[in-house]
Amino acid sequence: MAETREYKGIALIRAEPPCGMITLRGGPDAAKGLATAGKRLGVKMPGPLGAELKDDRGLLWMSPDEVLMLCPAEDVPDHLDALRGALKGHHAMAVDTSDMRVRFSVSGAHAREVLAKLCPLDLAPDRFGPGHVRRTRLGQVAAAIWMRGDGAFEVICFRSVGQYVLDLLQVAAAPGSEVHLFSQPVG
Amino acid sequence: MTSRRIAGKGRFIDSSSKVAFTFDGRRLTGHPGDTLASAVLGAGQVIMGRSFKYHRPRGPVAAGPEEPNALVELGQGNRFEPNQRATTTALFDGLYATSQNRWPSLEYDIGGINAKLARLLPAGFYYKTFMYPREFWKDIYEPFIRKAAGLGKAPTEKDPDTYEHVHYHTDITILGGGVAGLQAALTAASGGARVLLLEQSPHWGGRVMADGGEIDGKPAADWVAATITALEEMDNVTMRLNCMGAGVYDHGYLLGYERLRDDTPSLPGPRHRLWRIRSTRVITATGAIERPLSFAGNDIPGVMLASAVRDYLELYGVAVGRKVVVVTNNDDGYRTAIALKAAYVDVPCVIDARPLGGGPLMREAEAMGIPVERGRAIGKVKGGQYVEGVAICSHDGSGGVFEREIECDAVAMSGGWSPVVHLWSHCGGKLTWDAEQALFRPDAKRPPTGADGEGFVLPAGAADGELLLGDVLGNAHDAGREAAKAVGKTAKVRRRPVAVSVAQAPILPVWMMPARAGYELRSKAWLDYQNDVKVSDVALAAQEGYQSVEHTKRYTTLGMATDQGKLSNINGLAVLSDALGQEIPVTGTTTFRPPYTPISMGAIAGEARGKVFQPVRRTPMHDWHDTHGADWEPVGQWRRPYAYVRRGETVHDAVTREVKNVRQGVGILDASTLGKILVKGPDAGKFLDMMYTNMMSTLAPGKCRYGLMCSENGFLMDDGVVARIDEDTWLCHTTTGGADHIHAHMEEWLQTEWWDWKVWTANLTEQYAQIAVVGPRARTVLEALGGMRLHPQALPFMSWTDGQLAGFDVRVFRISFSGELSFEIAVKAGHGPALWEKILEAGAECGIQPYGTEALHVLRAEKGYIMIGDETDGTVIPQDLGLNWAISKKKDDFIGKRAQERVHMADPDRWKLVGLLAYDDAVLRDGAYAVAEGRNANGQRNVQGRVTSTYYSPTLGRGIAMGLVHDGPNRMGEVLDFPGTDGKLYRAQIVDPVFYDKSGGRLHG
Repeated sequence: MAETREYKGIALIRAEPPCGMITLRGGPDAAKGLATAGKRLGVKMPGPLGAELKDDRGLLWMSPDEVLMLCPAEDVPDHLDALRGALKGHHAMAVDTSDMRVRFSVSGAHAREVLAKLCPLDLAPDRFGPGHVRRTRLGQVAAAIWMRGDGAFEVICFRSVGQYVLDLLQVAAAPGSEVHLFSQPVG
Repeated sequence: MTSRRIAGKGRFIDSSSKVAFTFDGRRLTGHPGDTLASAVLGAGQVIMGRSFKYHRPRGPVAAGPEEPNALVELGQGNRFEPNQRATTTALFDGLYATSQNRWPSLEYDIGGINAKLARLLPAGFYYKTFMYPREFWKDIYEPFIRKAAGLGKAPTEKDPDTYEHVHYHTDITILGGGVAGLQAALTAASGGARVLLLEQSPHWGGRVMADGGEIDGKPAADWVAATITALEEMDNVTMRLNCMGAGVYDHGYLLGYERLRDDTPSLPGPRHRLWRIRSTRVITATGAIERPLSFAGNDIPGVMLASAVRDYLELYGVAVGRKVVVVTNNDDGYRTAIALKAAYVDVPCVIDARPLGGGPLMREAEAMGIPVERGRAIGKVKGGQYVEGVAICSHDGSGGVFEREIECDAVAMSGGWSPVVHLWSHCGGKLTWDAEQALFRPDAKRPPTGADGEGFVLPAGAADGELLLGDVLGNAHDAGREAAKAVGKTAKVRRRPVAVSVAQAPILPVWMMPARAGYELRSKAWLDYQNDVKVSDVALAAQEGYQSVEHTKRYTTLGMATDQGKLSNINGLAVLSDALGQEIPVTGTTTFRPPYTPISMGAIAGEARGKVFQPVRRTPMHDWHDTHGADWEPVGQWRRPYAYVRRGETVHDAVTREVKNVRQGVGILDASTLGKILVKGPDAGKFLDMMYTNMMSTLAPGKCRYGLMCSENGFLMDDGVVARIDEDTWLCHTTTGGADHIHAHMEEWLQTEWWDWKVWTANLTEQYAQIAVVGPRARTVLEALGGMRLHPQALPFMSWTDGQLAGFDVRVFRISFSGELSFEIAVKAGHGPALWEKILEAGAECGIQPYGTEALHVLRAEKGYIMIGDETDGTVIPQDLGLNWAISKKKDDFIGKRAQERVHMADPDRWKLVGLLAYDDAVLRDGAYAVAEGRNANGQRNVQGRVTSTYYSPTLGRGIAMGLVHDGPNRMGEVLDFPGTDGKLYRAQIVDPVFYDKSGGRLHG
């Protein structure tokens, strides 16, 4: 994936550097221990389909019993230690998954429609915005999408298909392919 | 050829400028806004193609997407595309079109001889003729049919254009941008609902753009313009021209087909876009299509739908003839006569099948001086390649006597209107026969229903069977209100627009003209123009016993052409009903299936072509492999090196070298694709005891155990090494292909069956790169890296430990799939490439070499290890493979246990795993069968076994194989016969499947 890290078509596609990720799984009985994750990052525990983000860290709701913790890569060991301590005696799982996925950002006036070409989500601004996360597909592979505070979308997919997803996003952002769905027609 | 343009007419064209194009090699000009059909007609040429079966000359009969005749090959080279409708092809500068199905030219076509043989080519001709003798089929009949079949040629070059999909969610989608669609959108959107409005053509307004009328006190076209402006100003309305509603599917899913660059091929961007829409409600405002009349010679170029004649005149400024006879069974035909006359085109007469003629429109025509022949019919059209005149007769007769002939060069026919019910019907909407108007219309009581049991499609306007302007608008307004209500909004537009509708006299249903036409006329009256199906063919099918309209369709090919019977369907089933002596609704319609008109293959594929045709999964070390001679092998969606081929080597040479190097020194393998599933919780041991056939709960932390996983039916589905990490955590390795589905299998059982067991799983497959270092010198290499102790006491066979190698945090498993001393090292994926390089550096002295999947396979086969997918195929149980040692007898249950106790599974006659050594050291063919005495009921040789894995073993210097053989383990030393597909007989001896190091000394080294 070395050749292209950034591409500008009708949206800006960028391969983002790796960050720390911790997969947390637990049920209501482990809620208190899991809340440690939010406390350490300074964010709330997200509700269903929710993303609680603060700068380069946050919690993404992945399923009714799974949350993905985002943080700077160097913080992972400390967070893991603290979480395992807080979860001791509870039936829960905290595991480093930082290397498992790769991350891209999609930004610009047509970012929504670039993603709408590849995934079946309702990406209308009043249906999907900051604070939301969706596990979906991009083309033929699994992905998750959320929005940053600056209006850019973040996309994660499994590491092995990183090149495919980067290629796919570039194809979807090809010049002249504006759909003008979620933005006013330009010109 | 002289121009047929009428000055001052042509709403859609810019007659002040010209567009140059090529048709059949001739340079012609049209105007911006023309379709290809209007431009060719405007240039004075009517004939545009040949029919499928008889190669009859064909001109356009319609002006829109229903066109069956004017199909052309568009473009050249890599932009060549066959079967494109000239009536929906927008003209652009440089357009290149060629007519189809003719040789050597449109005007002089050799295949036209078929028309002379029409009596020899009746309905079902192919079925009747090509059945016998059977042996003629392959070499004689099929090549003949293939040569004769098909209209356009298939493209041969790679399409340079791009295509894409887009997903869109909305409350209400309105298909059709005529006045009904516009009004429905205006009403529906007024309450705030999200509305998507799609129109297939490049223009809003539908029929009123040609037919005019008055809405809310202003000309209809002005109302259309004002409504478009109003809709464009609404944030909750999205509108698209050139975007056809292609199909309506379950759960409010529908497809839109947008054509973006057909007429601007040089601009960047996708040519077509497929809209994948989720809509709570769908309004089909798809209008209606005029029906042809079935009279003799109704296929001669110049015979057209009356509405199409108006379209060419009003929208494109083209008069289809100088003298145009109108024939009709309803008042609408008079609109054409009036429009032509007003444009100073001669209309010799209107032939009206109704004995009393029509209403106010007829009187208006008569007032303009157009004679009306009441109760009359066209007996036949005179002419060959173009219309020369018509002979008229009484409609209520057999046409035996023609009263007189009228000279003309075009005929405008109107047989009444059929609502476009296709999109209503795609997902199960039912129809009802409206006898008064002689048309099928949507049955409001039987709509297509969604998951909640409510209808989710609402028809509007002409598509709902409303044919008068005022009724169309009122009906559409109601549909808009109802749709808004259904999505929880209240429409704010309350007033129905007011339109003045001209009163119309009732239609006289005419399915054949004249009403009792004899065979001679029926056999020249076309129903399906493209496939050459005539009234006589459908009547013959009925005579031969066909009753179902679906069977008749397939027997006669009625409605099976690229236009899917848009013009022929209703007329055909009416003729069938008549022949069967039953009412039309008893016969019913054929099934309306998506897409409404053909959509491009490119649009269906979307972005999935070229490098993103399919995802390719890459391991962290992929790039290294790629630059070091990897001969790639697809393994699921992964790419794995099959072998690393050096200069001067064949792939086979490379495999041999790699195997020897592992056995004699040390090799390194990228094993990252193996599945790695973490299973954790107080009930994890209990859970894994159910998942695996053997006992996992008793495994000690730090230890590894090889496990088998079976399906509920007892069949072996996956295998791998399980490592116990700590008191309540296990790490399960799966096969490369098994990672995802075994994780899903675990979650399914946990979520549906054992939801109260305390177990969490995580699929960590991609978190780690896994590197196998294998061979007698493996330990030496790893110790050179430094960081951890790996001697046999510190890390015995089938154990694991965490530590550091070359400064990387690693987990080292002492497991082996080769029979050699072997370590598998898991490291964070991001560190994989760096550690890989370090190992290669450290191993250089020991002659370390990477090896690929084929060497891996050979190594395991030499050792008699099974491979999921080779020794298993979904019908094999572990007992067949001699793996009883891995099936716990202590456990009460595991998935597959009960199935394995069933009679057939416990049958001693099952084929079981053995080794096979072929005579002369040969390598047996993979999958080869061992034959037994006698033959089976099909006359085939009986069989008693088959080869499941077979390789050349570099270690043994000969072919080795494994296979499943009847009672195999009890037949050691026996010889089996394997007839080869090369005609030779291969013989092999049954032996123990472990060919190498039976004592396992090397493994434990």
